[in-house]
Amino acid sequence: MPAASQLSSPHLLGIEGLSPAEIELLLDLSEHYVKMNRSGNKKSDVLRGRTIINVFFEASTRTRTSFELAGKRLGADVINISPEVSAVRKGETLLDTALTLDAMHADLLVVRHPESGAVQLIAEKVRCAVVNGGDGAHEHPTQALLDALAIRRRLGRLHGLVVAICGDILHSRVARSNMLLLKTMGADVRVVAPPTLMPADIDRYGVSVFHDLAEGVRDADIVMMLRLQQERMRGSYVPSIAEYFHFYGLDRAKLAGAKPDALIMHPGPMNRGVEIDSDVADDINRSLIQEQVEMGVAVRMACLDLLTRDLSTNQGTGQ
Amino acid sequence: MTPLFFQDVRLLDPASGLDAVGGLLVEAGRIADLGAHLDAAPDGAAVIDGAGLCLAPGLIDMRVRLGEPGEEHKETFETLSAAAGRGGVAVVIGLPNTDPPIDDASVVEFVARRAREVKGVKIYVYAAASRGFDGKRLTEIGLLKRAGALAFTDGDHAIADAQMMRRVLSYASGFDALIIQHAEEPALTAGAVATEGEIATRLGLPAGPAAAEAILLERDMRLVELTGARYHAAHLSTGAAVEELASAKRKGLDVSADTAPAYFALNETEILGYRTFAKLTPPLRAESDRRAVVRALRDGVIDIIASDHWGQDQEAKRLPFVQAEPGIVGLETMLPLALELYHKGEIDLLDLLAKMTCNPARLLDLPSGVLTVGAPADLVLFDLDRPTLIDVARFASKSKNSPFDGRPVQGVVMATLVDGRFVYDGRDG
Repeated sequence: MPAASQLSSPHLLGIEGLSPAEIELLLDLSEHYVKMNRSGNKKSDVLRGRTIINVFFEASTRTRTSFELAGKRLGADVINISPEVSAVRKGETLLDTALTLDAMHADLLVVRHPESGAVQLIAEKVRCAVVNGGDGAHEHPTQALLDALAIRRRLGRLHGLVVAICGDILHSRVARSNMLLLKTMGADVRVVAPPTLMPADIDRYGVSVFHDLAEGVRDADIVMMLRLQQERMRGSYVPSIAEYFHFYGLDRAKLAGAKPDALIMHPGPMNRGVEIDSDVADDINRSLIQEQVEMGVAVRMACLDLLTRDLSTNQGTGQ
Repeated sequence: MTPLFFQDVRLLDPASGLDAVGGLLVEAGRIADLGAHLDAAPDGAAVIDGAGLCLAPGLIDMRVRLGEPGEEHKETFETLSAAAGRGGVAVVIGLPNTDPPIDDASVVEFVARRAREVKGVKIYVYAAASRGFDGKRLTEIGLLKRAGALAFTDGDHAIADAQMMRRVLSYASGFDALIIQHAEEPALTAGAVATEGEIATRLGLPAGPAAAEAILLERDMRLVELTGARYHAAHLSTGAAVEELASAKRKGLDVSADTAPAYFALNETEILGYRTFAKLTPPLRAESDRRAVVRALRDGVIDIIASDHWGQDQEAKRLPFVQAEPGIVGLETMLPLALELYHKGEIDLLDLLAKMTCNPARLLDLPSGVLTVGAPADLVLFDLDRPTLIDVARFASKSKNSPFDGRPVQGVVMATLVDGRFVYDGRDG
């Protein structure tokens, strides 16, 4: 694989379109920031003078804080806005908001939006770089990157690993970005969900489909649990939380068939007793969940760093 | 009015099967004579030298969204009429989905008056089948029909409740009124903006199954059988629904269907990149369904092509895909897109033109759509083979939402006449 030294796109809108070399580049740079974040001096000045605006049209604590910390550790000025409680209420459209921020000479926007495709729409209209902080059920690329980093640091590779992604696949942008990234890097990916929470034609991602959790995690290296996104559901997808946990919640018994040292992941926030048993989630030997959060900051530092390196040449290429 | 003589034109009349070079004489807004024998202009007539161009009945577009009343920023009667003229369309039938809706005789009369003022193409309307499209209360079908409504439909709302649909069909049959249905089971498509499948999954868009169309159509066919009503399925888009319709026709039910160019010229890959100009209702389908629609047009299962014209301004389309309004402006692209089927050898020219002329005329009992002595001189003069690029910048429609911008096509409208009057004349440009 030829080494990449920069990203081919001025934006990070999704995992789709990233080459294996670009993913390696992001992960390698993230490693560097993990080291920095663990050292005494967490502050760098590579983004000094840069302005980053976190525009979150959808509530988020974890991702927004992670991006904010990433920007600040790199020396950028970081501003958070939540347009749902400001201009959008007054009738300003999504694009008006984006153009207003663009006119303020932001260097980079981190955008989260409840609708699929909204972040791309913004990226098409602004001059600055745009990072997708999660759009609808489409993509959440930095989550997939941080998951990959956490896995790679523990197991040393992604290629050839068996990864079971389990739960509410239908509503999950995390699942989509992870399927794309893990398949691109040569992992063997399985998806596990009740048929009502499985999107149509998902096998086209090159993944194998399971409706039985114990079967789906058999001999897996990684078991990645997803949050049941009840707030996105229109109508009834599962009969009850009790039944869902009984058949699709991860506990010791269902985990028994996985590899003895299989690792447990969850993008957070967790619904304990819904998709995951606390006993498993808090097992320090098996759970990567805290490490995922730590990796999040480093991965976002790497993304911000790479996307702002050539900004002088990127400026003006957009509309 | 000076008589008008078309000389040396290829006369195309799908109703009679006429395809011959000859002349056509217009007097007092009507066709006075036509045929291969007519090679010289009578004294005093203005002569249009066709030089081999095609002359066919002006197209009848049976599915168009009016902008008036209520959405004049998207389309007015003036812009609609100009767009129709450029598209070779002499007769437009508007959906009742206006604001206020056409569910009351006074709104039918308002539209008729505005259409007369514009003095452009002929504009007729349908009326709603249920008041305010609520799917619960019948409209005054008898009175609305007398006021001029050509048929009854809730537009892009399906009449979902089976008992209500039965009553609509049953009541309408007493007035020999036609019911037009948007056949998609709404319980299966609520919130959906795409067809279920790989593309919607990858884009993370809420999607409904293609089967929603056949499911509602099958139910409707049973209700038509029960009531003996006249039924027309609008913009069919799936192979499964086409099969339901074919089977109902074999049983002898009085049913018909149309489709729009998008459903035979595009498939669902068009929405990749969240292109809201390709957002339609029903949504674009898989390639296998597109092919089934082409076959159904060729085999005559789908009787009619309608533009499904629906102007949307930028504000309505420059939004995240889920929030954007559906619809395509179609009046100015219907003929060239339909002609693709002829140029590719899928459908004979007269069969194809029938779907935009005599077939809708027969269904809606209009005197237009034919080249017959005594018929209104609603005509389209076009160059069948001339290549061009679709260019939205040249559209007369107030809205420019077309996914076909830049598409190379063959076939250019040179002039459109309504009652012997030019409503569009592009012979110099």
